[in-house]
Amino acid sequence: MTDTTTNQAPRNQWWDVWDQFKTHKGALLGAGFFVFMLLFVYLGPYVWGIDPGHIDPRVRNQGMSFAHPMGTDQLGRDMFARMMAGGQISIAVGLTAMLLSLVLGTFIGVLAGYFKRIDGLLMRFTDLFLALPLLPLLLVIVMLYRDPLRAAFGPETGIFILIVFVIGITSWMQTARIVRGDVLALKEREFVLAARSIGTPPHRMILRHLLPNVMSPIMVSATLGIANAIITESALSFLGLGFPSDFPTWGRLLFDGTDWLQRNPERVIWPGLAISLTVLSVNYIGDGLRDALDPRIRGR
Amino acid sequence: MKFRHILLGAAAAFALSPAAALAERGSDGQLNIIYWQAPSTLNPYLSGGTKEVEAASLVLESFARFDDTGEMVPFMAESIPTVENGGVSEDLTSITWTFREGLMWSDGSAVTAADAVFTWEYCTHPESGCAQTNYFTGVESVEAVDDRTVRINFSEPKPFPYTAFVGAESPILQAAQFADCLGAAAPECTDANFGPIGTGPFVVEEFRPNDVITFVANDNYRVADQPAFARVVFKGGGDAASAARSVLETGEFDYAWNLQIDPTLLAEMEETGIGTVVTAFGTSVERMMLNQFNPDPALGDDRSTEAAGPHPFLTHPAVGAAMSMAIDRALLVEIGYGAGGQPTCNVLPAPDAYASTANDDCLVQDIAGANALLDEAGIVDTDGDGVREHNGVPLRVLYQTSTNAVRQDTQALIKQWWSEVGIDAELRNIDASVFFGGDPSSPDTYQKFYADIEMYTNNFAGVDPEAYMANWRCSEIPSPASQWQGNNIQRSCDPAYDALVDAMAQTASLEERGRLAREMNDMLVQNYWMIPLVHRGGVSAHANTLGGVRMSDWDSELWNIAEWHRDDM
Repeated sequence: MTDTTTNQAPRNQWWDVWDQFKTHKGALLGAGFFVFMLLFVYLGPYVWGIDPGHIDPRVRNQGMSFAHPMGTDQLGRDMFARMMAGGQISIAVGLTAMLLSLVLGTFIGVLAGYFKRIDGLLMRFTDLFLALPLLPLLLVIVMLYRDPLRAAFGPETGIFILIVFVIGITSWMQTARIVRGDVLALKEREFVLAARSIGTPPHRMILRHLLPNVMSPIMVSATLGIANAIITESALSFLGLGFPSDFPTWGRLLFDGTDWLQRNPERVIWPGLAISLTVLSVNYIGDGLRDALDPRIRGR
Repeated sequence: MKFRHILLGAAAAFALSPAAALAERGSDGQLNIIYWQAPSTLNPYLSGGTKEVEAASLVLESFARFDDTGEMVPFMAESIPTVENGGVSEDLTSITWTFREGLMWSDGSAVTAADAVFTWEYCTHPESGCAQTNYFTGVESVEAVDDRTVRINFSEPKPFPYTAFVGAESPILQAAQFADCLGAAAPECTDANFGPIGTGPFVVEEFRPNDVITFVANDNYRVADQPAFARVVFKGGGDAASAARSVLETGEFDYAWNLQIDPTLLAEMEETGIGTVVTAFGTSVERMMLNQFNPDPALGDDRSTEAAGPHPFLTHPAVGAAMSMAIDRALLVEIGYGAGGQPTCNVLPAPDAYASTANDDCLVQDIAGANALLDEAGIVDTDGDGVREHNGVPLRVLYQTSTNAVRQDTQALIKQWWSEVGIDAELRNIDASVFFGGDPSSPDTYQKFYADIEMYTNNFAGVDPEAYMANWRCSEIPSPASQWQGNNIQRSCDPAYDALVDAMAQTASLEERGRLAREMNDMLVQNYWMIPLVHRGGVSAHANTLGGVRMSDWDSELWNIAEWHRDDM
């Protein structure tokens, strides 16, 4: 290990991560698809000029055609444009809610695992959240905060903040538990003992020694979290608690399409494909990242 | 004279119905019915829900029911009392009903006038929480003249006395069964509420709340060869689309109720050829309510109450007029309702004698006219954002309704049309069980109306609109003081309207009543307190092998289930 490094310039460790990531075919494909999806939903609308909300009763329930590559819905709205608009919201909700729950879960998990004194308290707190019935909680939160947020940020941003927050704070518990378990095990390892013996303060210990080693479970729960967030958002929309009905999201497009499954199957297939492929690609990215970030696997 | 005709007609229908003549009781096996909303009780006095009332109508009966044309058919009664036959007193203050001779409850005991008296006491008990008290409004007393004769006395002349004990919503209960269930104890009598003893063609065998009810034929039913079916399985739950599919495509069920799904889909399902879609038009109108009070969330608990003051722009008639003109009702019907709807400009579209023709201009969409009207009224877009302002308040409305694919399509269409006249709508949909739930602690109920505009369907049972039109008097405005009860959802108040309501309560002539009802309808519509959209019919489907279905929107859809039978294919 030392022979080769002597005659080279010092190399950023992220290059190692990238080298390892590159070797994972699935992760590369996944990343490619995810970037494609991002471009499709965020840049697509600039190329495809049809307004996703525009109703044209003359072209209702059309199949795929040159004018409407994904057909039209029961009001004659262009599905292609709606897929883009829906993707913007779904991906944004998925990513932000996942980040929120990840930060919260990791923070609580590490604290609980590392500091024995607050472990019991934090884990009971986690149990408390796990025991909360999700749907009634959501109903109450949405009912209480919808109007103030709507007044402060407008209907779209207000609901976005609310939904991201609601999904975030109701899905961090699994991450916290996994992280705590890993930290508990890592704490007893020799390198931690060594680090402690030279007087490393707790915050360094956590950031430098523990977090990089629990990165893989965090990555796995992060990828699952995105899928979970997209699905929860569509469930909320279904109950009338999510975005207003004229706001397409992938979940809502899928839900609206179920009635038309026999007549216009593409109405279900497109959003369904988009959700599953996006989730799958994120899972693969997570898989690749996990390998690439784990110093024990890297370079093998 | 008229009623005698009906009687003869009904008797003829009974006698001539081929199945009734040929089949014997219980010979046609099992009938499967699906209601995609599941009944939670079989006591219609404890639930105003259609599903409960209709499920109970298999068991519980009343003196008379309304058939598919809105005419009364005697059920428990021998005949329909009228002024001509002496059943209704000359001064219109009492009506006398006579039970059929030998009428028996399903447990074999005789039906007596005491049962009717008891039912009145049951529903009007101050602590009972009876859902159907409006059927007994104005009833001073119910007395048993003899074992078979019941006289209902009214506190003032009642021009249309056929309310108490008429129709599926005010059936007669067995006094013996419900004797201990008076007042506050009513909801606690689970056995009685889940398995009432009635005179109808079927008897409850098993009742699982919010799930399945099984009925078996009533051995003591008054017509010897009815019902043709030995058992009825009444399944609740699911959604409208799968209920339609189970009748029209897979044939698992024989009858499905309330199929408000996209007409394109329904028509395609019907093409399978094993079932038929039936519609019946009653008085249901899908309408928009325009909040006359200010619902601004900044007002906190005062919003949508009198304390909030009038609405900043919906009280201006030009705004309501423009909103109405911008709507293409024919297209709404085509997209959302198909055969189950007709465009309408009236809150009271039927019966014909009460239907106004003064507002029919609204049937044609006129976006240019709407724009011109707003320009003329000085409501123009001053800041160039595409939304007009009235006294500096932009015409932005929060437009709410219940969660339902057809309603969301309607919302989307209307939002687009309004954007063309410079009105911006924010859409909101609320789960139906919350929206119509009436929970005073929820901000999302239709009674609280914390929005500018809301859309839903309302109707009245029976054929007389007096009580229905009285819904919109000043005193009916929901407020915190009334626990948000009250039917004047749009919160309009005009003494002239109240005067018409009072006049109708004292008018007996049908012609004059029709004129008053039309005038009230025109006031509601021309002041733009409400914008009627679609005259909705009930849409149900039955298997082609099921005969005898005469769907009525004036009463329970299952009103004549005793006559239903299996046709050989």
